[in-house]
Amino acid sequence: MKVASQDFLQQAHEALRAKDKVERRDLLGQFMPAARDAAANAYGDFDGLRAHMKRVRGHTTEHLAHYLQQFEEAAVAHGNQVHFAATAEQLNSTVLSICQTHNARRVAKGKSMVTEETGLNELLLKAGLEVLETDLGEYIIQQAGEAPSHIVGPAFHKSLAEVRELFLAKHKLGERALESVSDIVEEARGVLRERFLAADVGIIGANALIAEHGTTMLVTNEGNGDLCANLPPVLIICTTFERLLPRAEDAMALQRLLVRSATGQSHTCYTSFYSGPRREDDVDGPLETHIILLDNKRSDILASDYHEILDCIRCGACLNHCPIYIGVGGHAYGWVYPGPMGSVLTPLLTSLEQSHDLPNACTSCGRCAEVCPANIPLPDLLRDLRQEESAQQLKPARWRRGLRLHAWLLRQPVLYQRLTGWSMSALGLLGKRRGAFRRMPFASGWTSQRDFPAPEAGGTFMRQYAARKRRGGRRG
Amino acid sequence: MVTCLADLMRPSVGFSAIRLLERAGCRVTVPEQQTCCGQPAYNSGEIDAAVPVAQAVIETFEPFDYVVIPSGSCAGMLSHHYPALFEGEWRERALALSAKTWELTRFLTEVALLPAPKRAALEAAVTYHDGCAGLREMGIQQQPRQLLQEQCGVQVQELTENQVCCGFGGTFCARMPEISGKMADDKLNHAVASGAKVLAGGDLGCLLHLAGRAKRRGLDLEIRHIAELLAGNPKGPGIGEGRQ
Ligand code: SF4
Repeated sequence: MKVASQDFLQQAHEALRAKDKVERRDLLGQFMPAARDAAANAYGDFDGLRAHMKRVRGHTTEHLAHYLQQFEEAAVAHGNQVHFAATAEQLNSTVLSICQTHNARRVAKGKSMVTEETGLNELLLKAGLEVLETDLGEYIIQQAGEAPSHIVGPAFHKSLAEVRELFLAKHKLGERALESVSDIVEEARGVLRERFLAADVGIIGANALIAEHGTTMLVTNEGNGDLCANLPPVLIICTTFERLLPRAEDAMALQRLLVRSATGQSHTCYTSFYSGPRREDDVDGPLETHIILLDNKRSDILASDYHEILDCIRCGACLNHCPIYIGVGGHAYGWVYPGPMGSVLTPLLTSLEQSHDLPNACTSCGRCAEVCPANIPLPDLLRDLRQEESAQQLKPARWRRGLRLHAWLLRQPVLYQRLTGWSMSALGLLGKRRGAFRRMPFASGWTSQRDFPAPEAGGTFMRQYAARKRRGGRRG
Repeated sequence: MVTCLADLMRPSVGFSAIRLLERAGCRVTVPEQQTCCGQPAYNSGEIDAAVPVAQAVIETFEPFDYVVIPSGSCAGMLSHHYPALFEGEWRERALALSAKTWELTRFLTEVALLPAPKRAALEAAVTYHDGCAGLREMGIQQQPRQLLQEQCGVQVQELTENQVCCGFGGTFCARMPEISGKMADDKLNHAVASGAKVLAGGDLGCLLHLAGRAKRRGLDLEIRHIAELLAGNPKGPGIGEGRQ
């Protein structure tokens, strides 16, 4: 997918002007955190589970080579073909060549953020294949020609009315009411089922790779992943090495964290484990299975100070809890991953130069880190990226100079107090009547949205305090 | 420590804090050479510029038993972020400062307790905005409510979504003013809906930002730092209000 993160501010501006969408997101921002909190509280020691998972992940990355090898060997023993793709292009071309080997014409896809990241659909379409997204949300945005706005609910930005219009236009099914959510779901189901049966290749993602058994785990609510995996003769699983976990029970712990954090459920409708191609006595299943492990700069991230972002389990809680994500929505971020996790990942997976506004779209409020099931210190990582932004001189020079001058002044207390004492007294006098200024030189960012409150009359604290001390008065 | 914003914009917060601490039996000094904790540079990623500021603060406050700050965010900076800036000897010194740094309301409820007040209850409907750093880094949530109850006889009328950021975020509010303005509006709408006439908070950054936005929108809300309310029925204008 093309990166449009450099236009974050403009995109955010447009997003904030669409009032109906703003209202929808505000509701999402109330509903999703409430659901997550209720589920986490009902679980009991959710924080203990988070800490446990953190240790498991730490152990896994420490012994990554070992577990990777164990996974590969076990997966191959089940009859899977395992591929490694260093770059997005490599993953895409591996998928394409598998499709071409089988003379495939139709591909059915389950929800996969990895293939969003690599822009797989575009390549397959260009090569003349028919690509069908089968997750309801993904299907909706595919029909609408849009990108996902949320990593869990890709079509959260669409209202029921919009989906209705879309389906009426795209599905030639004659007169019908299509008024309720269940009507919509029924219709999508009907349309999709037929096409599942015709698919030559199924493509899905994975929520966990289990090293001890060489199996992959997928968590869905619609069961479409299972149909993609079992009906077409060829299955391709597109994933990345940070999904790796040592044991099946670790995957179960992850599942408990994931569903509660993502949707507030205690279980999703389907949690499936895929071991490999159909065995002799099996009644169904694919004839051939491939697992592609994408790196795409992840090895670099692993070796960097940002390695904790690789613990992300893609639950979306940080998006739902981020007032900035809720304010501007996913599309404003301009790439595949939005919200706090996206503001860390996008600069690392694309380039900071293109996306350095994203780490600044943060007030360090800490709400994301508070709920992140993987205990990723997101605000710290974002601050580190801002430091890098500064080091690479990407920050507006005016800002950088101002901040550094201010920091320097702070270390010259006498000069600082003289300057501030004088200017605050002046401002205090000027603003005494109205109590605030509508405009203020050098502070247009502030005053574009708010008045600038005038300092209290009487001069700075330090000045008044010194005067009181001189007068010998102890009391304030 | 008097925060830079209290020093420059709202000295009465500093004087109120001094009065409260003295009432609780403390001997209070504001060192002459104190300026600011260095958070603007730090949060904007200018870490190397923030380090010498932090060192100056550490040195300045070394002689004291407690460092009490009328701000959750500055207290969080000293307690949580300073130690992360250093290694070796300076880290030890930062940790020592961290251990004795307190946010004002927590200090007044856990270390030096305020005696029962002698004055009448505050006749006002008050709502409270929890600053994020205070809430998440310093564990400030029930302390200001408790103090408002005990000292002013006020039961806080809670904001819906009271754990959500108001959109100040230091330089964020000037770098992304539109998003910040939207967040301020959400907070102010909740404040109006709460039925309160006074919006109190523990961080001047949030309060100046909210007051500026409230003034722009012409909202009838009196915005004050909690120290002002606790120190005694304040008579001067609220933040961003003129003298009528
Ligand atoms: S960063 Fe944490 S909260 Fe955000 S999606 Fe990943 S796991 Fe979930």
